[in-house]
Amino acid sequence: MAPVSMEKVNKVYENGFHAVKDMDLTVGDGEFMVLVGPSGCGKTTALRMVAGLEDITSGILRIGGKEVNDETPKERDIAMVFQNYALYPHMTVRDNIGFALKLRKIPKAELTTKVNEAAEILGLTDWLDRKPGQLSGGQRQRVAMGRAIVRQPSVFLMDEPLSNLDAKLRVQMRAEVHRIQRHLGVSTIYVTHDQVEAMTMGDRVTVMRSGVLQQVDTPQHLYDNPDNIFVAAFIGSPAMNLYDAVVGEGARSVKLGSQTIDLPDSVRIKRPALVSYAGKDVVAGLRPEHLPAEAPDSAGPKLTGEVDLVEALGSELVVHFTIDAHRVLAEGAVDKDEAAAVRSGEGVARVAAKTPVKPGDKLTFAVDIDEMKFFDTQTGLSIRG
Amino acid sequence: MRNRKRTGWHKYINGLTISTLVTVLFIILPLYWLVATSFKNPNSIGTSPPNLAPTPFSTENYYNAFVGYDFGVYFKTSVIVTLSTTALVLILGTLAGYALGRLPMRAKFTTMVTLLIISVFPAVAVLAPLYLLMREIGWLNSYQALILPYTAFNLPFAIWILRNYMLGIPKEMEETGRIDGAGPLRTVWTIILPMALPGVFTAGIFCFTACWTEFLMALTFNSANNYRTIPVGIAEFGGNFQVPYGTIFAASVVAVVPIGILVFIFRKFVISGLTSGAVKG
Repeated sequence: MAPVSMEKVNKVYENGFHAVKDMDLTVGDGEFMVLVGPSGCGKTTALRMVAGLEDITSGILRIGGKEVNDETPKERDIAMVFQNYALYPHMTVRDNIGFALKLRKIPKAELTTKVNEAAEILGLTDWLDRKPGQLSGGQRQRVAMGRAIVRQPSVFLMDEPLSNLDAKLRVQMRAEVHRIQRHLGVSTIYVTHDQVEAMTMGDRVTVMRSGVLQQVDTPQHLYDNPDNIFVAAFIGSPAMNLYDAVVGEGARSVKLGSQTIDLPDSVRIKRPALVSYAGKDVVAGLRPEHLPAEAPDSAGPKLTGEVDLVEALGSELVVHFTIDAHRVLAEGAVDKDEAAAVRSGEGVARVAAKTPVKPGDKLTFAVDIDEMKFFDTQTGLSIRG
Repeated sequence: MRNRKRTGWHKYINGLTISTLVTVLFIILPLYWLVATSFKNPNSIGTSPPNLAPTPFSTENYYNAFVGYDFGVYFKTSVIVTLSTTALVLILGTLAGYALGRLPMRAKFTTMVTLLIISVFPAVAVLAPLYLLMREIGWLNSYQALILPYTAFNLPFAIWILRNYMLGIPKEMEETGRIDGAGPLRTVWTIILPMALPGVFTAGIFCFTACWTEFLMALTFNSANNYRTIPVGIAEFGGNFQVPYGTIFAASVVAVVPIGILVFIFRKFVISGLTSGAVKG
């Protein structure tokens, strides 16, 4: 159990590729930190540097307050769970879990006790004499976890450990991994590209893009207050609706395409800097849940769109609509195929399940104006105060 | 009519089954002839019309091979030479294959191409210089006269097979070993080697077969009776005026048996070893 800190850590590969740029990050004692970002954003490289599997080009890495840049993975006292589990196929589950202890020449009786304890925690007791090939995906994942926890390391490193599991099992294992981490209280760095995992598991979440750390925060704060367009677009599913907009005089209104939405005082109080953008272009963002279908007697700000598609999820409807404003796609936040499929002006709203709506309808949404986000078009940064 | 569904045993009559059967018979028949003839009475070999079954059944040919000729000595020489070569090739090949497959090093491609060129080099071209060399250092008629050149000629192919196999092992296996605290040799021995066993078996069987059946070098370097290998020994059976077919057939059966057993035991490994690296799995 030890905090991990990275100070101005860089990774430049031999071919000149700068994978991680000036990364500053502190993972507290016992904290569950999730690194999330699109593929190629440097999150796995960052994790591998902490593990000691990649050299650190510059900067300082500390584990438990001690600089470990030049220490071997073994000396760093870390345990890592790989995406493909990397179980030793020729060893039984018992030997797999006990391998690291065996290398440390721990007495046999103690080794057996520890392996049994780990197996107990993970529900693997009945499988100890099997080989990995005879186990299901979920069980292999547990063995990989067992191999990590049996050593009682100071830090857990996990590189997309759930991405090889099917959707249902992933949800189950997500809770399981979280439970085990809580139980053991070991500082954990967990890499994933799945933002649902990031939101549900992390004490804090670090969002990365192109090797640069974008924002570190608690999941809810990250969701509610993204620092820039990238984080806003990347976190949340369905993603935030981002449109080019023009701020009206005195920031009393905002214009999305041909529709003008009045901005009450509360918006200007919350985001005083918005006034200086009067008459300028901004990017306006609204999460799908902040666009409920308009109640008949509502008087607040509204947005009308033409419905393209309705997805019934049982508890709610996901309505895809189009307005005549330009849709902004944050580069890297959505993959290229997905971006190509998004038409200009397209948006997504979550409305109540009983709402009578079908494709082709014009639907008016009540805009939860206090939740509307504004971003600078040049810097991409959030406009707050 | 053409698409009528065939039922019962009729469904097995199709082009594929028949061509497979023909191919298998084509391969099996000479082997059957070899085994059947080896158990015939020496006098009933070569009768016309040919006798398909070994009647009367006789083991006289085997007796002749081991007692009349020194087949036991040839067998011993072959075993010593083949096993030593195979062991050497596997030890060196595994280490080289690991280095070429997994370690960061320069000129990997050049090394591999050089190995490939060496492996297709015709043995007959180096036979004369090798003979002179062996004579010079006094190695003619010795085990090492065969073990060393066999190792040199079989190593490139073994390295290729092993390297391809090692390439297929995920790099996380080594990394997890490093994190667990295993040093480089320990990683190769306890993690990589067990995973590369199919490749090792494949390379081993190919090397074993090649050495076991090699004729040219064995004939040239080891002419003394005590150092003859099986192929040379069998070729020298008989005298100027007679060819003891029955004895030759019996000796050949004994010579084929070890290879047959090896392939039978390790058949699964050989298949997976040959196909590894072909498809990235």
